[in-house]
Amino acid sequence: MTLGTWLALVVALVLSGELVRALRQRALRGNRDRWRRFFKHRTTSWGIGILTFLAIVALAAPLLAPYPPNQQLDIVQLKNHGPSWTFILGTDVLSRDVWSRLVWGARVSLGIGALGALVAISVGTVVGALSGYYRRWVDTVLMRSVDVGLALPRIFILLMVVALWDGLPFAALVLAIGLTSWFGTSRLVRAEVLSLREREFVMAARALGMGGARVIFRHVLPNAAAPIIVSAALGVGNVLLLEASLSFLGIGVAPPDPSWGNMIADGASEIYSAPWTTIFPGLAIALVVMSLNAIADGLRDALDPREEPA
Amino acid sequence: MILRRFVASVAIIFAVVTLVFVLIHIAPGEPCPSDEPVDPAVCSELKQQFGLDRPVPEQYWRYLVALAHGNLGYSFSLRRPVKDALVETIPFTLQLSGAALLIDFLLGLLLGIYQASRVNRMPDWVLGNITLFIYSLPTFWLALILLLLFAEKLGWFPVGGASHPIFCPAGVDSAFCFADRIWHLLLPAVTLGLVGAAGTARFQRAAMLDVASQDYVRTARAKGVPERRVVLRHQLRNALLSFITRFGLAFPFLLTGAVLIETIFAWPGMGRLAFNAILTRDHTLVTATALIASAVVVFGNLAADLLLELADPRLRVRADVTTEIVTV
Repeated sequence: MTLGTWLALVVALVLSGELVRALRQRALRGNRDRWRRFFKHRTTSWGIGILTFLAIVALAAPLLAPYPPNQQLDIVQLKNHGPSWTFILGTDVLSRDVWSRLVWGARVSLGIGALGALVAISVGTVVGALSGYYRRWVDTVLMRSVDVGLALPRIFILLMVVALWDGLPFAALVLAIGLTSWFGTSRLVRAEVLSLREREFVMAARALGMGGARVIFRHVLPNAAAPIIVSAALGVGNVLLLEASLSFLGIGVAPPDPSWGNMIADGASEIYSAPWTTIFPGLAIALVVMSLNAIADGLRDALDPREEPA
Repeated sequence: MILRRFVASVAIIFAVVTLVFVLIHIAPGEPCPSDEPVDPAVCSELKQQFGLDRPVPEQYWRYLVALAHGNLGYSFSLRRPVKDALVETIPFTLQLSGAALLIDFLLGLLLGIYQASRVNRMPDWVLGNITLFIYSLPTFWLALILLLLFAEKLGWFPVGGASHPIFCPAGVDSAFCFADRIWHLLLPAVTLGLVGAAGTARFQRAAMLDVASQDYVRTARAKGVPERRVVLRHQLRNALLSFITRFGLAFPFLLTGAVLIETIFAWPGMGRLAFNAILTRDHTLVTATALIASAVVVFGNLAADLLLELADPRLRVRADVTTEIVTV
């Protein structure tokens, strides 16, 4: 770690901390009830802070990582070197700096989490909306497929897809994860749309002669936003965990590129001699998922219509 | 009504089997790949013998016919009938998930109820953060850490396997071996159970608080029912209804966990079998494990639905009510 990286790290920490503090104070002082409820929980604020910090870390990876993530520094001298001032999180079995890999891995892991969840939420929302709005055979066909999708634990399908098509490119991996993660969301959205479609404003929109797509996207879905947003927050965490599991089993992100999951996989065989190579990436995953769960808790509180002032 | 849903469940499982079958057959890769030292002539003869040279629809039809006769096929990688491999491994997975489920529900329920009774106070806050943390842990990572701590550093538990390989090989039954099996079971079951329990606690706390704002709870309090009785009789009984739904959801979680945990702890169960089957492209074994896994999930859900109807008279009146299921 050079002075520059330490400086960058401190700047990232302060930046994310101050950002959250500013947001929180504005929300608590302001008169938007929703935001006040969101920031009321200390845990939620912490979650946003941690997530902001990690997002900055991912974006500013070149500044924060003292070494290239795949560089083997000195395979003889620096193999499984414990945490020290030079290597704050130690080095792994191939003498790569764990901190640098963690920083670059944030890009991969958070990227997969965000993109995978985006795919899952989009597909889930569209399927749920179509199913709930059009009902009849559309509903039957779509919901029966969802039944099938939910019947097999996702990891089975993903293992099959990823293992059978050996060496999938990154985009295909994200797509595969996203396309097996939308089933729950589609049910939530469908339930919401089913009740919304009977409301007067939807009927009014239809009476004005709007087409189905327009009614769904302009009138129905904006009112179903709350559960979609919450399940998006949870979705990112789930996708991240899924990617980590796959990478851990050796069939996710291909080495040597670091993802938090395959860092754990690399570390697992060395866990007794160099536990730090396993512990830190796992903590990073836990931190992100925990932040997202905390944010989802806060969102659920903030978006709960029952708490809305009449 | 029950019959209709049973038929629907079977249809879902059938669809899963079809999906898996198609997926395997459109995937690249051969059951006996060219980079293995197998005589090509032998390979093609083997393929002919097992009907793998036929067109895919015909293979599918043959598989279904065999399945209808209870024949799950022959595993190439294990060189034995799939059924034997399943019969051998499923009890281990049942042991593991049974123990994990026990820890999950007992610990989770207790924590959730306790938290709800101390809502927004110190114990609730502390436990809430702890369960949030554990709930967010990757199961396989927790497994590695517990292994490192309790098996390697402290030496309290074995590092893997289901029983002592020399003193207690499979089939030996004695009090000592029973204890030995429990000893081997504890660490993997706790790993899986702990993460599950954290989720259950969060779920149960929310369910209890959901009920807490209901009118009948307020009425009970107003007429002077002791707090303990309000929590146990009025809140808990109704919160347990949504817990039944969670029971149905536990199965996918346990099966997913089984794949990872069994791989880490060298537990000879079906999860590890399925994983190895996929890696070795063992078609029949993959399809069979997918069949079992989906059957467990689907019938688990069905059981939860029926149980819910049995427990909640309100649902019996409105027979069209379907319980919403959210993925794990």
